[in-house]
Amino acid sequence: MKLSTAKTTDSMNAASDARPQERAKKTITRFQLKNGLNATFVTLLTIAVLVMFLAPFAYMILTSLKTQDQISIVGAPIWPARPPVVDYNGKQVEVFTVPLSKCDGFDPGTNDEKGLALVKKGQKASVFVDPDDAGRGEFTCTVSWRALDRAWEFAPTWSNYQEVWETINYPRLMWNTTFYAISTTIAVLISCTLVAFGFSRFRFPGRDFLFIILISTIFLPAFVTVIPTFTFFQRIGWVGTWLPLIVPAFFANAYDVFLLRQYFMTLPRELDEAAMIDGASPLKVLWSVIIPQSYPALMAITVFHIVYAWNDYFGPLIYLSTNREAWPISIALSTFNGIYGQRPQLIQAGALMALIAPLLLFIVAQRFFVQGIVITGVEK
Amino acid sequence: MFEQFSNFRNSLPSLKSFRNMSPLARRELKQGLWFLSPWIFGFLVFVLLPILASLFFTFINLKITDGIASTPKWVGLDNYQYLWNDNQAGVNPSTWFKGGTPGALWVTLAFGLIALPVGIFLPLGVAVLMNHKHLKGAMFFRSLFYMPYIVPFVAAVFLWGGMLNSQTGWINRFLVEILGMSKNNVPLWANSGAEEWGWIYATYVLMGIWGIGNAMLIMLAGLQGVPTELYDAAKVDGANGWQTFWKVTFPMISPVIFYNLTLSIVGLFQYFLVPIVVNQGTGRPGGFTMFYNLYVYRNFFLFQNMSYGATLAWVLFMLILAVTILLFWSAKYWVYYAGESHS
Repeated sequence: MKLSTAKTTDSMNAASDARPQERAKKTITRFQLKNGLNATFVTLLTIAVLVMFLAPFAYMILTSLKTQDQISIVGAPIWPARPPVVDYNGKQVEVFTVPLSKCDGFDPGTNDEKGLALVKKGQKASVFVDPDDAGRGEFTCTVSWRALDRAWEFAPTWSNYQEVWETINYPRLMWNTTFYAISTTIAVLISCTLVAFGFSRFRFPGRDFLFIILISTIFLPAFVTVIPTFTFFQRIGWVGTWLPLIVPAFFANAYDVFLLRQYFMTLPRELDEAAMIDGASPLKVLWSVIIPQSYPALMAITVFHIVYAWNDYFGPLIYLSTNREAWPISIALSTFNGIYGQRPQLIQAGALMALIAPLLLFIVAQRFFVQGIVITGVEK
Repeated sequence: MFEQFSNFRNSLPSLKSFRNMSPLARRELKQGLWFLSPWIFGFLVFVLLPILASLFFTFINLKITDGIASTPKWVGLDNYQYLWNDNQAGVNPSTWFKGGTPGALWVTLAFGLIALPVGIFLPLGVAVLMNHKHLKGAMFFRSLFYMPYIVPFVAAVFLWGGMLNSQTGWINRFLVEILGMSKNNVPLWANSGAEEWGWIYATYVLMGIWGIGNAMLIMLAGLQGVPTELYDAAKVDGANGWQTFWKVTFPMISPVIFYNLTLSIVGLFQYFLVPIVVNQGTGRPGGFTMFYNLYVYRNFFLFQNMSYGATLAWVLFMLILAVTILLFWSAKYWVYYAGESHS
C-alpha cells in the first residue's frame, strides 16, 4: 500500500512540472518516511535474529539459578520460580492464582485475581484461604484446582555456583588456564614478531617459497604430526605436563605470522632505512621503529591468542587427560556431562564460570578482535 | 591469504640466484634467515620430522599394549590394505553401511554436506544484514553477533545442549507450549535414534552456530569493500535486489567466500571434538557420530595403535590435499580477483 502510493506520486511528478518546488518537498518527505519504515523493519529483524542467536545465554543464566525440581516441574516458568507455600494450621499449603469472581464472598463482577492457598482440592470447587487475610477463614471457589496457575515467585538458587566452585576446585582451574594462556601468548608474541619481521623486511631467494610453506601448514591435519610427537613426548616424560603445549608456541604459527607480516608491510620503509643509515642493527630497527608502530596488530594477536589458549580443548585433551592437577577449565567442564548429566543447573553454572573470563576480555578489547580478523581474512 | 599460492612458480629459488649473490645480498640472506630461524627450527622439529615419522609409522606395526611398545616390524602396505577393507573407517565406499555402521568417512561427508552450506550462508546472511544501509546501530549488532565466538566451545556445546534438551530445553518447550506441537512428535535432538540421524547432525550444526563470528566479520569486510559505483550501475541497468546480489555482490566478495569455504572444508574433515563432548566419542547411535577424525583419535589414543592411527591420519591428509587442490582449481571459474588480468 505504502509502496504503491509512493510510486503514483513519482509518476505524477514526472508527468507534470507545475510548481516543481513544492512537489519536490513532498517527495522528500515520502522518501524519508519510506526510509524510516525500512530502518525500523531492518533493525527489528536484526533484533529478532539476535535474540534467537543469544537466547542460550539467557537459558544458561536462568537455568544455573534453578533447583532440580524447578527444572523438572511440568509447566514451570523458564525463570527460577518456586510455587509459594504458606503455613496453615501447621500444614504446608501451596498458593494458586484464583479469579476472585468465582469465590464466595467476593464481587462476582470483578476481574481481579489473587494468590490463594489451596486447603482442599476439588474437581468442581476447591477450598481456599487468603494468606494476607487469614481472618476471613476458609471459603469455597467454583474452580477446578487442576486448571489453576500457580502463583510463581522468583527464587534463585545461588548456591549452585558455590557447589560447582567447590567440586571442581575452580581457583586451581583458573590458575592453570591463566598460566597456559599468558605463557603461550608471550611465546607467540616474541616468535611471531621476529618471523614476521624476517618475512616482511628482507629480500632473499627462497623467501616467498618459505612463506608458502608456512601458509600450507594450515591444511595439515593435526593427527599427522600429533601421533609421532605424542610418542616422542611420552618417551621423554612430558605427557601429563604443560610443556608439550607451551614449548611449540615459541616457534611461531601461520595465522599470527601472516597477520603481523601483512601489518608490517603497510608500514613505510623510510623510517627503518633512516635508522639503518644511522647504524642501527635489524633487531634495533624492529624494537624501536617497527614495534612502536604496530600496537594494534600486536594487541590483536594478544587477545586472539589468550582466547584461543583459554578455549583450547584439543591440546589438553591429548596431553593432560591423565593429570587432573594440571587440567584447564575446558577439560574439567567437559567431564561435567558425565558427572552431572542429571543436574543441568550445575552444568550451566559451570559453563558460565568457564566463559566469564573470555567474555570480559572481549568486552574490554573488542576493537582489536575486529581489526585482527579483517587483516587475516581480507588481505592477500 | 591463499593468494600467496598463485605466486608458487616464481617463489622457487634457483641455484643461480644463490651463486651470483653480492656481499650485500648475502648479508641480507643471513639476517633474514636469522629472523626466520624460530619458525624454520619449529617447522623442522614439530612439523616436517613428525610428518616423515608418521609416514614411516604407516609401514610398520607400532602398538602399545599395557604401556609397553611392541617391537615394530616392517609390514609394507598391510596397514593400507586393512584400512581399505575397514568398514568402520569407510574409506572404500563399497563398505558403507556394511556391518551395522555407516563408516566414518560417510559420516564426515554426510555431516559436511549439511554443515557446509550453513557455515557459509548463515555468516553471509548476517553480514548482509549488518551491511544494510538502513540498519541502525550496526557496530553494536556486529559486536553482539561476533561475541559468542569467544565462548569456550565446551561451554557453547552445553548451552546449546540445554536449549535442545528434548523435555526441558527452550526449543522444544517453544514447539509444545507456543506452537502447540504434540509432546510425542517433538524432535529428540541429541538423543535421537540411529534412524533419525538427521536430527543428530542438526543438533551438531546448531551447537556450532556460535562459531560464525569470524566468517561473518570477514564477509562483512568484503561487502564493505565493494565499490558503490557498481551498485549504482546495476540500479541504472534496472537490476532488482536479487540480481544485484548474484551479479555484483557475490562475484566481488567471492575471494572471501573462497577463503572461508577452504577453511571450513579443512575444518570439517577434522571435526571430532563436539561428538567427544556430546556422545563421549562412542559413535552412538549406531556409528552415526563416529566421525573420521574421531576414529583416528580412538585408534591412536584409546587403542594406542600408533601405526593404524598414523595410516588413518595420512589418508585423511591425502583426502584434504585432493579436495583443496580441486577447490583451488575450481577457483578460476568462480572466484573473481579485482585488478587481475583475464587474458
